[in-house]
Amino acid sequence: MTVNLTINQKTQATAKAAGPDDHPAVPVTEGFVANGVTVPKIAFEVDRLNGWFGQHQALFDLNLKIPATSVSAIIGPSGCGKSTFLRCLNRMHELVRGARLEGQILLFGENIYAPQIDPTLVRRRVGMVFQKSNPFPTMTIAENVTVGLRLNGVRNHAVLYERMEKALRMAALWDEVKDHLHRPGTSLSGGQQQRLCIARALAVQPEVLLMDEPASALDPLATMKIEELIQELKKEYTIVIVTHNMQQAARCSDHTAFLYMGRLIEFDKTETIFTNPGNKQTEDYVTGRFG
Amino acid sequence: MDTSKAYHTWRKLKSLAMSGASFGCALLAIAPLGFVLFYLIKAGAGSLDWRFFTHLPTPVGEVGGGMANAIVGTLVLLGLASLIGVPVGVLGGIYLAEYGAERVNWWIRFGADILNGVPSIVWGIVAYTLVVIPMKGFSAYAGGVALGFMMIPLITRTTEEVLLLVPNGYREAALALGIPRWKMIIRIVAKTALKGIITGVLLAQARIAGETAPLLFTAFGNRFWTHNLKDPIAALPLQIFTYAISPYDDWHRQAWAGALVLILMILFVNIGVRALTRGKLSGVGR
Amino acid sequence: MTSAAVSELSVEGKVRLAPPSRVFDRAFKWLTLGMALSVAVLMILVGIGLYHGSRLALDKFGLHFLATSTWDPVREEFGALPFIFGTVASSLIALIIAVPLGVGTAVYLTELAPPRLRQPIVTVVEMLAAVPSVIFGLWGIFVMIPWLRAHLFPWLQKCLGFLPLFQGPIYGVSMLAAGIVIAIMILPIITSVSREILRSVPDLQREAAYGLGATHWEVTRIAVLSYAKRGLFGAVILGLGRALGETMAVTMVIGNRPEIAASLFAPGYSLASVIANEFAEATTDLYLSALFEIGLVLFAVTIVTNILAQLLIVTMAGPKTSRAVQ
Repeated sequence: MTVNLTINQKTQATAKAAGPDDHPAVPVTEGFVANGVTVPKIAFEVDRLNGWFGQHQALFDLNLKIPATSVSAIIGPSGCGKSTFLRCLNRMHELVRGARLEGQILLFGENIYAPQIDPTLVRRRVGMVFQKSNPFPTMTIAENVTVGLRLNGVRNHAVLYERMEKALRMAALWDEVKDHLHRPGTSLSGGQQQRLCIARALAVQPEVLLMDEPASALDPLATMKIEELIQELKKEYTIVIVTHNMQQAARCSDHTAFLYMGRLIEFDKTETIFTNPGNKQTEDYVTGRFG
Repeated sequence: MDTSKAYHTWRKLKSLAMSGASFGCALLAIAPLGFVLFYLIKAGAGSLDWRFFTHLPTPVGEVGGGMANAIVGTLVLLGLASLIGVPVGVLGGIYLAEYGAERVNWWIRFGADILNGVPSIVWGIVAYTLVVIPMKGFSAYAGGVALGFMMIPLITRTTEEVLLLVPNGYREAALALGIPRWKMIIRIVAKTALKGIITGVLLAQARIAGETAPLLFTAFGNRFWTHNLKDPIAALPLQIFTYAISPYDDWHRQAWAGALVLILMILFVNIGVRALTRGKLSGVGR
Repeated sequence: MTSAAVSELSVEGKVRLAPPSRVFDRAFKWLTLGMALSVAVLMILVGIGLYHGSRLALDKFGLHFLATSTWDPVREEFGALPFIFGTVASSLIALIIAVPLGVGTAVYLTELAPPRLRQPIVTVVEMLAAVPSVIFGLWGIFVMIPWLRAHLFPWLQKCLGFLPLFQGPIYGVSMLAAGIVIAIMILPIITSVSREILRSVPDLQREAAYGLGATHWEVTRIAVLSYAKRGLFGAVILGLGRALGETMAVTMVIGNRPEIAASLFAPGYSLASVIANEFAEATTDLYLSALFEIGLVLFAVTIVTNILAQLLIVTMAGPKTSRAVQ
């Protein structure tokens, strides 16, 4: 299957065939054809990633390739390093005092931890939605969605409006708020606020959207809406979602990574992980033998 | 241990007595305010007429006149002081809350708290050295500098405290959007905490407005309007002091009136500010 | 879409964002750091300014300054002892009055008061803190002093006149009057800091004592007050620091006589008061320098006291509680 490479992707297509066993299985999804071989487009290539909080090591030698335009879930028991890993993907981990990181992460081929790279630019390409929705309290709905653009120099009202509408539509929120755009962002319900935060993240046109337990604070109906939204978004964006809810991972994702105590135990197609995992620990976790 | 009923009753009585005593302490603690306000109103309210607010002081010994220049002078000095105190204090508070290593910040906070305890007359001496001597005379500038220096540690601490109340989630969300850190601090965090920052500034101003000692040999006081900030300027607390220790009854009467005006200004700001921000200091109104 | 709009979009319709400026980021950080460091700068400014101004007097009198009782501007003989005495004595009197009252009020507020009464009392105490010193002085001259002279002082002299503390002529303006008015002014800070200290005592302490069958007062005494000893002591020292620096109200009621006397009814003079009264009128350089040196003494004493107080409080209940009443 061929996929158009848009100019967004700053890398040139590398005809890199998927090595069968150099990492835990790299799932082959859509890719482009080169030399007759279908290769996956990789959003993130994580290479020997180790992470610390001060003296305490939280991530041990992580290696995996997260494919593009799909949903990858990260599961594992509490404290296994899921969120820490997620925050490495958009250079938020280093904001914690004393946090440290070794290794590299390639975002569509570019090492985001190269010394000359400005983290702010990375974060524009990799958006994030948090567990607790946090629309800015001093701003209206419209202002919330466009804040990423406005505070980064975009002034043209037409452009801002157009971006806002597009983002709100993508977040499946437009119809609900289009008549109330001047209301404070905090006047929405919990589920709506979370979708507002998603719209806010999408307005900046990232290439990847990271989601840290986005529905854990929401009721089942709102959760369902978010999950439906994720299925729509994956057509255009790469989504990496951390969740402690295994069923959610099974429902939403195309690939799943199982982390335990800071190590990557297994990464494969979701179907495989949940029906026929290669690793005994994975099997124990997904069958509920430990949590 | 004596476990007889009598001893137990004695313990209970003692407890009751101490409770009563501490209640008495509380009563005694709130009494002075009542006394002072009562006398201020009784002795000062009668003199608050149109003349008081618009006239200059009359020549020594003459009856009548007002404190118009003192009231305006206080406002001018507050403005000058704020020019120094507010930017330095707010930016300093921002540094303490948003940047900075643990150690450095601890020392700066400690220093600010110490400076907050320095007697205000010392600030007058500093301003005298820095402004009055080089300018060879008392001036509004000198008074503004003295009061401004006083404001800096005050506003630094209040700004810092208010900024720390802003939940970290907002900072993270802003950074995750690829917004540069300095913009995040100003346009998101400080904006969220704006009400609290302004509160801190207003309270600092209310506090400074009542200060007399630093002005005794900086602003010095003036019986007329000040047209040039390089000249001495009148201020309400200064005028009250001068009149109070004078031998003239009419000046005593005006001192009471001036004091009433001063306390009303201060209490108005204090009560108003506290009422406005009850529980909503960081603007997070959910 | 207008051409302006188009220009903000790059080829694929992706909005062009302003490149983040690392220079700005760094500049802002340094700017705010500089402003924060102003605290240190101010401290140094004060120290150097006072020292520099005191040089003349320091050279002429040396440490002897602190032990001499004469204050004679005409003959240019200056000694700080009467003022040190006055400041210390009036502050001690203030503490004796204000500490029991303040701690008692704090105990009432944290342990005994019904919740609805709490906030009004706290508000009133905070309002008291907002009243400027000069207004207390005004009230002191025209209300308190006449009352003291007519009622309290004669009564004290009648009852306790056998003590040298209560002997001698009664003018009204006196060390005791100064002590009383300072007490009123430091009451709010002692109350509010004590209250925060007492609030920081974990409930577990109280519950344990109640569980042993202690009465209300016993719980307070054993579980709360003794646990909070260090912090309360810090509150006292903080109040002392404030008392040492009180200027206007003291100047207006202390009598302004540079003499050391045993009687509480005798007029006195404090470090801050002499500066307030005489600084603007100091005729000679040495005179001014002597006043500078008094300022230096005052500054040094209050700094030491405040540092001690902060350390005591911070080690007990954390830096937040060391904020003075605003």
